[in-house]
Amino acid sequence: MSDRGLQVTLAQTAPIPLSVTLQCGPGELLALVGPSGSGKSTILRAIAGLIRARAGVIRCNGELWFDANENVHRTPQDRRVGFVFQHYGLFPHLTALENVMEAMAATDAATRRARGRELLAKVHLGGLEDRLPRRLSGGQQQRVAVARALAREPDVLLLDEPFSAVDRSTRERLYVELAEMRKELAMPAVLVTHDLDEALLLADRMCVLSHGATLQSGIPYDVVTRPATPQVAQLVGLKNIFRAGVVSHDHERGITCIEWRGRRLDARLQPAYAPGTQVVWTIPPAYLVLHRRDRPSRGEHENPVQGLVGSFVRLGENALMSVHVDDAARPPLFLSIPMHVARRNGIAQGVAVGVSLLAEGIHLMPGEGAGPLGKRHATADREDAPARMTHRGETDA
Amino acid sequence: MDWQALGLSLRLAAWTVVILVPLGIWLGRLLAWKPFAGKPVVEALLALPLVLPPTVLGYYLLVAMGGAAPLGRLYEEITGHQLAFSFSGLLAASVLFNLPFAIQPMQRGFEAIPTEVRDAAACCGLSTWRALWRIELPLAWPGLLSAIVLTFAHTLGEFGVVLMVGGNIPGETRTIAVAIYDRVQALDTAAAGSMSLTLLLISLAAIAASYLSTAARARHRDV
Repeated sequence: MSDRGLQVTLAQTAPIPLSVTLQCGPGELLALVGPSGSGKSTILRAIAGLIRARAGVIRCNGELWFDANENVHRTPQDRRVGFVFQHYGLFPHLTALENVMEAMAATDAATRRARGRELLAKVHLGGLEDRLPRRLSGGQQQRVAVARALAREPDVLLLDEPFSAVDRSTRERLYVELAEMRKELAMPAVLVTHDLDEALLLADRMCVLSHGATLQSGIPYDVVTRPATPQVAQLVGLKNIFRAGVVSHDHERGITCIEWRGRRLDARLQPAYAPGTQVVWTIPPAYLVLHRRDRPSRGEHENPVQGLVGSFVRLGENALMSVHVDDAARPPLFLSIPMHVARRNGIAQGVAVGVSLLAEGIHLMPGEGAGPLGKRHATADREDAPARMTHRGETDA
Repeated sequence: MDWQALGLSLRLAAWTVVILVPLGIWLGRLLAWKPFAGKPVVEALLALPLVLPPTVLGYYLLVAMGGAAPLGRLYEEITGHQLAFSFSGLLAASVLFNLPFAIQPMQRGFEAIPTEVRDAAACCGLSTWRALWRIELPLAWPGLLSAIVLTFAHTLGEFGVVLMVGGNIPGETRTIAVAIYDRVQALDTAAAGSMSLTLLLISLAAIAASYLSTAARARHRDV
């Protein structure tokens, strides 16, 4: 393991609990994702040196920035970080260009001015150099903040919810710009966000946090489709989380068979869970297929279930619907479908529908006692546990 | 018209400002940003001159500066002069009773700077001094300006403390406010009137300058 990039270990119980291990390689963008109050911003501020954790070590490119045991705590001035704050923290009395120039090391003013103009042009702000921040739109202010963060030629780029204060269309444009710019940047970058889509779109790796602890790190798509624990599944917004029992593994077909509410489901082969184990399973929205009313389509033979539409809520171009596959008292399946599909199939409350659960998407997680299960699940889904593994005798045939 | 007293008052006010500006910047920043134990006590003590009758403050200062008190003795040993009834003693008293007028507006000024802006200055690599000079002072300028104007005007007008600590020694401790009182006692209302008018005009000019500067700044920032 080379010492290039950023390595962070932080631990403390107060004032904000932290138990964090992070790595971010050169040119890599790591997203810290978690609900508000999960300690994301605190971690960023600790990396920048704005706060001091009780215990831990921070290294960047082999340089020791912080070591609680050795009493090393470099000041932010001495760490070479580029920090884009949530509300940008622009110097309100200085123009866009002066803001950027202020962050440059003390070379002569002409060089700084030239480089400042160059950086502002790079973030598409050419011509607006002499505007004060208050005369710039939110998106333009964010670009000044990015240019200023890069002006210091930082060893690490820290972005604290940089898209949260702009409107949606601006945000989408800024995503594209950041993704473009990232190709040229060689330093590690850490992005704090509570928006999963943002992490999926921009990040190379993602780290899910809750109460200051890192729960899972990995490639964003892997984390959101294959969460390590039911808690992570909840945090990444997966709605379909149920209990089941493992029945058997079929290595030839690449299938693990599970029993859910008395019916057998085929899942992607996950031999780590022995037959007879109680597990929690989830399925990402992309693996739920609504059967077409007029003609059957491919994939319908995979784990078909029938049910009645419970709720149907339109969210822009998509609709979120719940399907009661058993009696209405039990937690339903949730599906997100495009509005045109909903219209074509006459989806409305009370309509009978068929849904396939694609085996490839069914992901198993440790069941009760094995992982920190959210309280909501411990109560709401208890009834979903198969009745004391009645099929134990037939398993692993 | 007692030009000597006017000159002395202006000198006293200027020196008070010179001493209180750096002190106020330091204390104002500290009180605005750093939480520490006993902060309410410090703030209360600094505000005390606002509510204390000037003669009471003056009395205690006079006692402290007298040759019988440690402070007065120490000063006499070092300089060979008595602190009470001297310009230095007057200046010390003036600094003390102007503390709230200097520190409170500056504290408010520094408090108005968002945390993110200060953090950004640190993350941009600005040293403490450069951040102070380039970011904090320009942003806290309205507070700084009102501190200067209030301190200056208040020093010109202070009477009770000055009379207690300084007495009425021409060229040493007789300020314009004391001179006005002196003239009224002597039934010289013409001189008292012209000096009062002068003081009124100076105070008015100082306050107006501060308001105009703030307004001009607001206009400039709106461009």
